[in-house]
Amino acid sequence: MSLKKLTKDWRAMSYGFLDASAKRELRRKMIKAVAVPGCQMPYASREVPIARGWGTGGLQATLTLLNPRHVVKVIDQGDDDSVNAASIRQFLARVSGAETTLDTLEATLIQSRHRVPEEILREDQILVLQVPNPEPLRPVQPSMAIARQMHADADYGRLWLKLYEEIVRSGRIMQGAEYPALVNGRYVITPSPIPRWDVRKLHMARHLTLLPAGREKRIHAVPPFTRVEPLVFDDVPYKVEDHARVTCSRSGLKGFFMNEIPLDGGGTRYEISDSHLGAKALERAAGEAVRIGETWYKNGEMQ
Amino acid sequence: MENLLTVDRLTKAFEIHHLGHIIPAFATLSFSVAPGEFLLLSGPNGVGKSTLLRTLYRTYRPVSGHVWYTLPRGQGRIDLARAADIDIALLRRREIGFVTQFLTARPRVSAEDVVAEPLLQAGTPLQEAREEARHWLETFGVKRDLWAAYPMTFSGGEQQKVNLARALIRPQRLVLLDEPTASLDAQARGALVARLADLKAGGVAMIGVFHHPGDVETLVDREIRLQPMEMANVA
Amino acid sequence: MITAQMFDAPRLVTQQPLMELSGVSKRYGSVEALRDVSARVYPGEVLGIVGESGSGKSTLLRMMNLEETPDIGDCSLNLPETKGNLFALSRYAARMLRAKKIGIVYQNPHLGLLMHNSSSGNVAERLLIAGERRFYVLREKARDALNASEFPLSRMDAPPIELSGGMQQRVQIAKAIALEPAVLLLDEPTTGLDVSVQALVLDTLKRLQRDRGITMVIVSHDLGVIRTMADRVMVMRRGKVVEEGLVDQVFQDPQHAYTQQLVHAKL
Repeated sequence: MSLKKLTKDWRAMSYGFLDASAKRELRRKMIKAVAVPGCQMPYASREVPIARGWGTGGLQATLTLLNPRHVVKVIDQGDDDSVNAASIRQFLARVSGAETTLDTLEATLIQSRHRVPEEILREDQILVLQVPNPEPLRPVQPSMAIARQMHADADYGRLWLKLYEEIVRSGRIMQGAEYPALVNGRYVITPSPIPRWDVRKLHMARHLTLLPAGREKRIHAVPPFTRVEPLVFDDVPYKVEDHARVTCSRSGLKGFFMNEIPLDGGGTRYEISDSHLGAKALERAAGEAVRIGETWYKNGEMQ
Repeated sequence: MENLLTVDRLTKAFEIHHLGHIIPAFATLSFSVAPGEFLLLSGPNGVGKSTLLRTLYRTYRPVSGHVWYTLPRGQGRIDLARAADIDIALLRRREIGFVTQFLTARPRVSAEDVVAEPLLQAGTPLQEAREEARHWLETFGVKRDLWAAYPMTFSGGEQQKVNLARALIRPQRLVLLDEPTASLDAQARGALVARLADLKAGGVAMIGVFHHPGDVETLVDREIRLQPMEMANVA
Repeated sequence: MITAQMFDAPRLVTQQPLMELSGVSKRYGSVEALRDVSARVYPGEVLGIVGESGSGKSTLLRMMNLEETPDIGDCSLNLPETKGNLFALSRYAARMLRAKKIGIVYQNPHLGLLMHNSSSGNVAERLLIAGERRFYVLREKARDALNASEFPLSRMDAPPIELSGGMQQRVQIAKAIALEPAVLLLDEPTTGLDVSVQALVLDTLKRLQRDRGITMVIVSHDLGVIRTMADRVMVMRRGKVVEEGLVDQVFQDPQHAYTQQLVHAKL
């Protein structure tokens, strides 16, 4: 036995870009986050070759989980084609040798900025949501030290109060994205700024959702089959975005989360936010044999 | 019949710390009062008649001695000179009354509510308590249009009528009267004497100081004459 | 007609204190804020605590609110749901107990209120902590509590920052009584208000006390406030209780040299 046998050859870069100890730390923190659903775990967020605030947390989590057998999909606000999504996808493929895809059904690892795909995710899929602000209490408690105590005490009265105030002032709850949700009956999370439409998809989902925040250096998780309940008054029902009756002007799909595109002259048209689902619908209409998975919403109703 | 109140060698003096003085008021005073008995305290000015009443009521803390008060229904007796403040407060709410010539009214409370308050505290429903209050305001001769007004704004005479109505609205077991007839008009004085007679007939014991004892002549059973720093002579 | 026969009403019983603090001492650095203080609060009474600035009266009130824990000493509440020394409760348990059973009104409304939330929301917050999750019930209960504290309902959704000092105190009172607390703690509730406003706020408190029989502890350096509000008084000086008694006794026949000085300075 020689030293040579115990060590690896020098290489310009670690596999998956991050060094082994960084990945090991993140894996440990992910396990902790899964063990205590919704609880924010601090981690030593590393430098990655994109700017803070552009998905560095998501990127680190994805890099940690990557191996050559993974098929990676990257979403930016539902879209696979944005510059950010395309660059991250390319980067992931380059540093890991993993395959990439645009199709939700083929992906095993999905890094997403603020959307959950419309097709139901499976047990073998992991969703990594980029999180700019992991702290649901930030709007009501400027001191993070006190906020941590409030989490420990499950002291969420102020969050409820915020919802109360919105109904009093506006007649309805104005909170759109980042709608606070109670995970496993214990911790309130801000489920990255996904729309209210998507929050319900996390409830008792089959897939694992990881929510790492790079700049804030904290990670939390929603394990499979975990309760995720948006904070909602007993007598004021939870409402999702009013997209149920809207039709996508390109694919003709109806009853999914839409992007609203203003037109000259003041009108609007809608396009489906989950761009690849729209693309698949167009291919199917053109007679191609494409597989479209079961969706969480059918005809605009959550199933 | 067992005495309602047995005063045993009661002594009161005021210690004025910044002068280093002790001002004696009365010493080793003993007497007793039976239920339904009316006791008149008399003596020259400044002899400590009011001080005695206030000491019995525990507005003043006695220096030594006992004030044995027999509780109703065989619950034994309690020494008012030593009883816990909270028990004194309870007895004041329930069975020991103090009638002075001064009203301590609060702002923004109508005359009828001021009068009804002791009944409300005892749990009488508002409507019933108000009706009772109006009855006594009427009896003591408070003008009807003043009932809903605030007594803070009344003349001294009217205030005192409100005060009497309030102090006597609830039957007590022991009533201490500190010159309640001073500055009362004839009608109110008549009503007061009638109410006191009524209470006395109901078994209420009374100890009173009167500027003009003639007002209550018919009620007095006994007189205790206080003399400067001596034991009282029971007449 | 009510007659002497009414004496069949409830009798004197050995009264159990609702709240009892015993042997409480607290030191902040070299300052002895409280020195072996004991206090009993009986059901339905108004206990006044009077003393000059720095006498420890507010510290004592904060202990009753379980906001502060002493270096030594016990606190107990005679309620079915509490037992043992409440100073030993966890932060969480103390918070829940406070939310459900203890109301407090601070001199400074910034301590007790969220100045930029609505007034009704400030009241609702307390109900939310206690677990109420029905919006319309919250609203109804907030309205009732504000109404009971004689707050104008047309302004129930105005934020306290836009209200006068007297109105802010009424919001605090409403918040404190929203859950029918076992004891209502008042820390200089009218200090800093105009005299006329002060009288109105005190009157509201008196009325609440009379109508609902709420047990109150009121701290003030203002003897007039204590005299109109309290049944019993504790006089504090330099962290110690120097005298305790019925309110008329303490004011008319003060025993301790300090109390005499205090009372005579006032009159």
